[in-house]
Amino acid sequence: MAVKVSMTVNGKAVSHEVEERTLLVSFIRETLGLTGTHVGCDTAQCGACTVHMDGRAIKSCNIVAMQAEGAKITTIEGVANADGTLHPMQQAFKEHHGLQCGFCTPGMVMSAIDLVKNFPNPTEEQIREQLEGNLCRCTGYHNIVKAIKAASADSSSAVVGS
Amino acid sequence: MYAFNYKKAQSVDEAAKSLSADGEAKLLAGGQSLVASMKLRLSQPSTLVDLGRVDALRYIKVENNAVSIGAMTTHATVAASAEVKKAIPALAALAGDIGDRQVRNMGTIGGSVALNDPAADYPAACVGLGATITTTQREIAADDFFLGMYETALQPGEIITGFSFPVAKRAAYMKFKNPASRFALVGVFVAETAQGPRVAVTGAGPGVFRVKDMETALAKSFTPDAVASIKVPADNLNSDLHAQADYRAHLVTVMAKRAVEKALK
Repeated sequence: MAVKVSMTVNGKAVSHEVEERTLLVSFIRETLGLTGTHVGCDTAQCGACTVHMDGRAIKSCNIVAMQAEGAKITTIEGVANADGTLHPMQQAFKEHHGLQCGFCTPGMVMSAIDLVKNFPNPTEEQIREQLEGNLCRCTGYHNIVKAIKAASADSSSAVVGS
Repeated sequence: MYAFNYKKAQSVDEAAKSLSADGEAKLLAGGQSLVASMKLRLSQPSTLVDLGRVDALRYIKVENNAVSIGAMTTHATVAASAEVKKAIPALAALAGDIGDRQVRNMGTIGGSVALNDPAADYPAACVGLGATITTTQREIAADDFFLGMYETALQPGEIITGFSFPVAKRAAYMKFKNPASRFALVGVFVAETAQGPRVAVTGAGPGVFRVKDMETALAKSFTPDAVASIKVPADNLNSDLHAQADYRAHLVTVMAKRAVEKALK
């Protein structure tokens, strides 16, 4: 069986026939070819698959694509500006070296943007607590937390804006 | 994941009809447990009936000294609600500590309570506050709702539509998290309600349960010391690689004491 699923991904309307059991992350990576969203644990623990659905961070490996029918999805490919300049959160991760191998980074950045939106000027403790849904197997948390703290203090309005 | 049919319900009535028509169909709320268990092939519904579009089930109201919450309200919404924070701060705090932020953005109170995972947080709040659960067919007191591991009083085709939590004089929830999964190894919800103190425990046994001895002691004196020496029997508690039953029993007392402390702050 196949169903038609339509949504807006990074500002672009998309519509495809998929199997009902297609996960949102499979739809994003395999149907749309947006491979910036990663599959890490595939059991909703690691957060590498984090995207925004209607402005909220969710784990795209833990919902079926049909749940996102009609929703606005933003992936890591959709956060930078049109001219290629980085989103302030991406810039902060770059400046503070908030990554080691880089596998968790797309999910970390997507989660961090949502974090700062809901917790403006978070404390280090708040960041660590609210980042519980994202795992870095390199254990590079120190610089990730530093990057998020810097991004939130630096230009919170710009971060919140997206 | 096994193949299934998918149906997006436009209303609760439509969802109820779809469920009645097919005994193997399952309701999909936020899906944070259901989709995960389907991926592991632990669950094989013929059809998923998605409540995601039924906005009538997403609400928070505080009136008549009670907090009413629609079944499809997400944990994140409850946690961030200024009204819930003001009326029952312990309930907002509990919602804000379920799973992780991404899970809280999808997971719903109705889904969590209908599943009745033995380590879920919401059942402790429902029983601890003496909530009433409204379904498409009736109203059920929380004390009568949770029957055991993943078992509830819900009949086939019956759908939870909302919850009513009476405002307590004071309440708090403390949980000892499994260090890896972050699920409640033991969670204790303590409340001083209009009908007296209530103590509800999750994570420790096959399902949520009350500790009457602690409630009696708290009725005499609502202090941490009142529960500090009250032990629950380990006989029916869970034993697994994360914790033996006697350790869980020990944690019930410790978490109850901390919850009373927190409630008094």
